[in-house]
Amino acid sequence: MKMDAIAADPLLAVTDLTVYRGQAKILDRVSLSLARGETLALVGESGAGKSTIATALMRLLDGAEVEGQADLSGAGDLLALPEAQMVRLRGRRMSMIFQDAGAALNPAYTVGRQLISVLRRTMGLDRAAARARAVDLFTQVGINDAEARLSAFPHQLSGGMQQRVMVAIALAGNPDLLLADEPTSALDVTIQAQIVRLILSLTRDRGASCIFVLHDLALASQACDRIVVLYAGQVVESGPAHDVLTRNRHPYTRQLQGCVLEIGRKDLLAPEGNVPSHDQMPEGCRFATRCPRALPHCATEPPPLAAADPARTGPLDHAFACWNPE
Amino acid sequence: MTVQAPLLSAPAARRRRGRRSIFLRRPFFTVALVVAAGYLLAAIFAPWVAPYDPVLQDTNAMMMPPSGAHLLGTDSYGQDILSRVIFGARYALVIGLCSVLIGAAGGLVIGLAAGLAGGWVEWALMRLIDSILALPSLILAVAFIAILGQGVDKVVIAVGLSMIGPFARTVRADVMQVRVQGFIEAAHLMSIPSLAVVWRHVLPNVIFPLAVQVTIRISEAILVSSSLSFLGIGVTPPTPDWGLMIAEGRDFVSFAPWMSAMPGFALALLLIALSIVGDGIREEVDPKSRRGA
Amino acid sequence: MLRQALGKIGQTLVVLFIVSVATFGLLKLAPGDPVQIMLGSEYSPEAYEQLTIEMGLDRPFLTQYLDWATNFVTGDWGTSFVARTDIFTYGFMEALPVTLTLASFSLAFAILIGVPLGVLSAVKKDTACDAGSAVLALTGTAFPSFLLGILLIWFFGVKLGWFPVMGYVSPWQDFWGGLYHMILPGLTLSTYFIAMITRLTRATLIEVLEQPYIAAARARGEPGWRVIWVHGVRNIAMPLVTILGLQLGTLLQGTVLTETVFNLPGIGQMLTSAVLGREYMVVQAGVMMTAFLFIGVNLLVDLSYPILDPRLRDRR
Repeated sequence: MKMDAIAADPLLAVTDLTVYRGQAKILDRVSLSLARGETLALVGESGAGKSTIATALMRLLDGAEVEGQADLSGAGDLLALPEAQMVRLRGRRMSMIFQDAGAALNPAYTVGRQLISVLRRTMGLDRAAARARAVDLFTQVGINDAEARLSAFPHQLSGGMQQRVMVAIALAGNPDLLLADEPTSALDVTIQAQIVRLILSLTRDRGASCIFVLHDLALASQACDRIVVLYAGQVVESGPAHDVLTRNRHPYTRQLQGCVLEIGRKDLLAPEGNVPSHDQMPEGCRFATRCPRALPHCATEPPPLAAADPARTGPLDHAFACWNPE
Repeated sequence: MTVQAPLLSAPAARRRRGRRSIFLRRPFFTVALVVAAGYLLAAIFAPWVAPYDPVLQDTNAMMMPPSGAHLLGTDSYGQDILSRVIFGARYALVIGLCSVLIGAAGGLVIGLAAGLAGGWVEWALMRLIDSILALPSLILAVAFIAILGQGVDKVVIAVGLSMIGPFARTVRADVMQVRVQGFIEAAHLMSIPSLAVVWRHVLPNVIFPLAVQVTIRISEAILVSSSLSFLGIGVTPPTPDWGLMIAEGRDFVSFAPWMSAMPGFALALLLIALSIVGDGIREEVDPKSRRGA
Repeated sequence: MLRQALGKIGQTLVVLFIVSVATFGLLKLAPGDPVQIMLGSEYSPEAYEQLTIEMGLDRPFLTQYLDWATNFVTGDWGTSFVARTDIFTYGFMEALPVTLTLASFSLAFAILIGVPLGVLSAVKKDTACDAGSAVLALTGTAFPSFLLGILLIWFFGVKLGWFPVMGYVSPWQDFWGGLYHMILPGLTLSTYFIAMITRLTRATLIEVLEQPYIAAARARGEPGWRVIWVHGVRNIAMPLVTILGLQLGTLLQGTVLTETVFNLPGIGQMLTSAVLGREYMVVQAGVMMTAFLFIGVNLLVDLSYPILDPRLRDRR
């Protein structure tokens, strides 16, 4: 598989990322790796900490305490760099696509102005060249009549168009890491697939890597190379998309998959029961309270993330955290 | 992503806050209230508190700087400034309170009419309120003074009339809220007399916010009235009015700054205290309208 | 959008009409018989009647109003006996520019000082710096401006001798001289607005900085100052302009007081001396000018909304 070839030089290696907001531990020692040109999906219920990972990597998480390490190849530890260097990385090396494009575009400026300012800053283009490049980018993201749309204000565009603009802005500086935070959750179902496909094809064309935050396990397995399943701020299972979908071992992943299969709905329905609140987190496995296969010691001892196949123990390989796997 | 823990504890925190007295929760408010109460006491007991007669002119003690005999000094007529400041509190509070009540009464009548009338009467009254609001209260008060002439009673009327606009607007807004609830239409259907409806359903909903407005606007009334006196067209000398005293001292500011400064600080302190009290009351009554938001 | 604008203009005209009728009525309500005042103490009944007809006082109220309104619009505002000039020249050509200059200088001071202070305390939220500006803001809004003016005169004018304490130099003729003379009055008048703008900027900017488009701007590498000034402050322009429009009345009445403190020959001084001299026509002129100014600026504020917020442009 191509996995082995690229595993040696990961683009991003996150180790023990932990985020506190006040007393609550929103993320608990999350580790993950991302190879060059790879697409990774973060899947889980809302509140699992998926978006927090993306925001923490961009260092845009205000009012929270962040621990751990996140090495971006050629840049160093994203969590320790001085803010001035982060400013230089954002837009150039890494960029982010937000959930609600309508709210993520400044209502006071035309979309062209917002795109052109990124192009001028990151690519050092002059006004005319940046404008030409902007038209080019708009065409690439599938905006018809690109020239005219540059002078549109965000509110004059449909939700899908707004998200295409966001994609264009995110790709303007040719970043090699793209973080897409549920980029389609605010859109119509019909447009969702289009936007996901657009983001994937554009990142693949550029050889960039992408972290997708998604609700939808089915979509994640179709679109992404690898999947990381999160539950209550912890990684419960991770590995190549095919393995996680069809050979999953963690009961929670199984439940997620079951929801998709049973109801046949596109969006992910939460399994029964509630995620424990942050102040009542069990000491052991956090899923124990809802787990059909829970053993007595599950509630007291946290299970380690272990390789599914003892012969494959690389950071990109299939692993899960469970005392009593399926 | 939502965090569960703080959300859960929020109602508990609110309950805890509710149990604590307002005076403990808002130390600034408490201090301001004490200061305002101090002014009120000084105003009521002025003749007993003041060391001198406020209009007694002593030609042997003109423009004396603050000293043991005259704690805040004397003015150009040799009148004791401390006594004048204490009696000034009387005028300021009486003028402020009376004129605010006139404004509130006028605003209540016009606001009720505008809110209940409907049709072109409502439209016309609204434009009338707009027109009153088109003039700053001080300018309006100056215009009324031009007709009425000077004096304490005239100042009360002029300032009161000039404050009708804002009161009318808030009363009308409150009436509209009642109207939305449909009491009035329902009462009409049951042929209950309109006056009874106003008395039973509209007034109770309007009076309380109006009372809050009154407390908030007392400081504005005091400011406008002392501004009139400062301009020299309000209260006539030798009335111990702060605005007047500040104006009289203005010409001597280079060698007797206390003449303006003492009554000035008395006025400023009262205004600041009243505005803190007003803010506190407003925020207690309507937590949504936080200051500055 | 055009229909909205026309509706606003129409409403404004109605308000202007009511204000002018009320102001005209003021003259009628004023004590003293104008004919008697003009004739002096000794006159014949014939002379009285003749002058009454000459002044048009025998005609119905509405006709008199229309005459007066026509004269007002054409710039025939009567004569001031105290100032010994034509009221139009005195009020409109001489006093109004002084008031406008003072008001606009103060507004400029207020924005140039208040917005940065508000931004600072929004960015440094919940620090000593923020608390300090909150105390300043509270004191500034409640402190009477005329007292502040006297204190400034005493300190900067008398004690330090840095600034002139009296007199007016037109900045249109001598900009630096005008600015120099405007510093103390401008500071006096603008303190309230600095405090208010600081408070408002802080509150609205804190809200704006929580918007996703601010995070998005940071995510694409915009430097911190650009995020705050280009993306943040641009979006508080609308509430700021709204409040400034609403507070214009406070600004105008502040000019009246400040003019008196600093002896500036503006509308405030004109009004005060007219009240003392019982010159109702001058009072009328002053009141009309103030009302027109207030109504006109508020109309401009309303009409500027679509410029400030593009989202309002397409609404019908």
